[in-house]
Amino acid sequence: MNQHHEVTLNVNGREHTVSVPPRKLLVDCLREDLRLTGTHVGCEQGVCGACTIIMNGQNVRSCLMFAVQADGANIETIESLASGPDDLHVVQQAFVDCHGLQCGFCTPGMVLAAKSFLEQNPSPTDDEIREAIAGNICRCTGYTFIVDAIRTAAERMAGEEAGQHV
Amino acid sequence: MKPPPFEYFSPTSVDECVSLLAEHGEDAKLLAGGQSLVPLMNLRLAAPEVLIDLNGVAELARIDRSGGQLVIGAMTRHREVASSELVREACPLLAEAAALIGYPAIRNRGTMGGSLSHADPAAELPCVTTTLDAEIVVAGPGGRRSIPAPDFFAGHFTTVLEPSELLIEVRFPAHGAGPGWSFHEFSRKSGDFALVAVAVQLPGDGGSTGLAIGVGGVGDRPWRADAAEGLLADGRRNDELFQQAAEAVGAQAREHGEGHSDNDYRGHVAATLARRAFATALERTGR
Repeated sequence: MNQHHEVTLNVNGREHTVSVPPRKLLVDCLREDLRLTGTHVGCEQGVCGACTIIMNGQNVRSCLMFAVQADGANIETIESLASGPDDLHVVQQAFVDCHGLQCGFCTPGMVLAAKSFLEQNPSPTDDEIREAIAGNICRCTGYTFIVDAIRTAAERMAGEEAGQHV
Repeated sequence: MKPPPFEYFSPTSVDECVSLLAEHGEDAKLLAGGQSLVPLMNLRLAAPEVLIDLNGVAELARIDRSGGQLVIGAMTRHREVASSELVREACPLLAEAAALIGYPAIRNRGTMGGSLSHADPAAELPCVTTTLDAEIVVAGPGGRRSIPAPDFFAGHFTTVLEPSELLIEVRFPAHGAGPGWSFHEFSRKSGDFALVAVAVQLPGDGGSTGLAIGVGGVGDRPWRADAAEGLLADGRRNDELFQQAAEAVGAQAREHGEGHSDNDYRGHVAATLARRAFATALERTGR
């Protein structure tokens, strides 16, 4: 039962091999074994979305997976989005500019949910944005500024695509 | 909290799963998408000694059309069902319902077989399979058997699956876009489980073949609104009849909802959703 499994994860472009017991949640492996503490643990029951990561191109809850299940997976965490405060991802910059965060606890999950959503739907309506983040709970903002931020990010990404500055 | 310790197996074939289940019996749980089982383990409401992970069983992830049926493998994710062109053509009611399951992150992991085996009475897929009389195919030590969906659900979070069996695929009648269809649900927030859900399939030719009305979220399992189906069985379609049928759905919901503290409210919501579902389905018959 406490037998460990060797697991290889490709996280943010770097390969890591860790030894984990089967019960170890993927989020705890990222935070404790890889020291990537940007992914937050909120409810641990799949409700709050704070632990959202992108695995093999899709956003998933890292509290609802065991690390052993992610063997061989490509994982992006919030740490992959920016090298520093002057190099924010367009979604992160929009959250800053639109006051899309206050305490910041939900922000890593919110940003990754928004990023993977905008990759699939680059010009969303506000209703579609709300639907996309329905599984990410924020107790500070009331969501209005988060929706503003995601809309702004979409506009800026479209502008970049068209070679304009927005 | 953290889940209790368990032994982990990751088989790659159905046969291997069946022999692991035979070996470990009631101590084992099957891990599909994990969107219901892992929260239960994290909350320590479930503490299986053995987990058999189905995510490596490639033969269980498929969407096929075979004869007059649409076949969905147990490990097919909700996202795939919701976005599949084949599902939309062969069984649009299923595609519409799958898009309403949970949130995007849940649909990326959650599976057909997991949702049905979990048997939450308020979940979308139990309601759709019951409405469409889908066949649920399970594998066990004695081979395979097929169970009609209305007989598969035995109560709250309970099915007729034996501890030695696993759900391998679901076969839906591929009616195509001929009949009108509609899935309406009400929940307090997008992505939550439905307080009430109503699924409707309305034959395009005005006959009664393929006519089906199913309700989820009220009572211990989804059910067919047979009183309302009876009212529409002779093929007549008019506003008054739809109004009566919607009231009949509401009345039956009040019976099934015995024990819900908000029973009257649920009955009212069921009737309202049925009225809307009839209107959408009728529009889609193109008549």
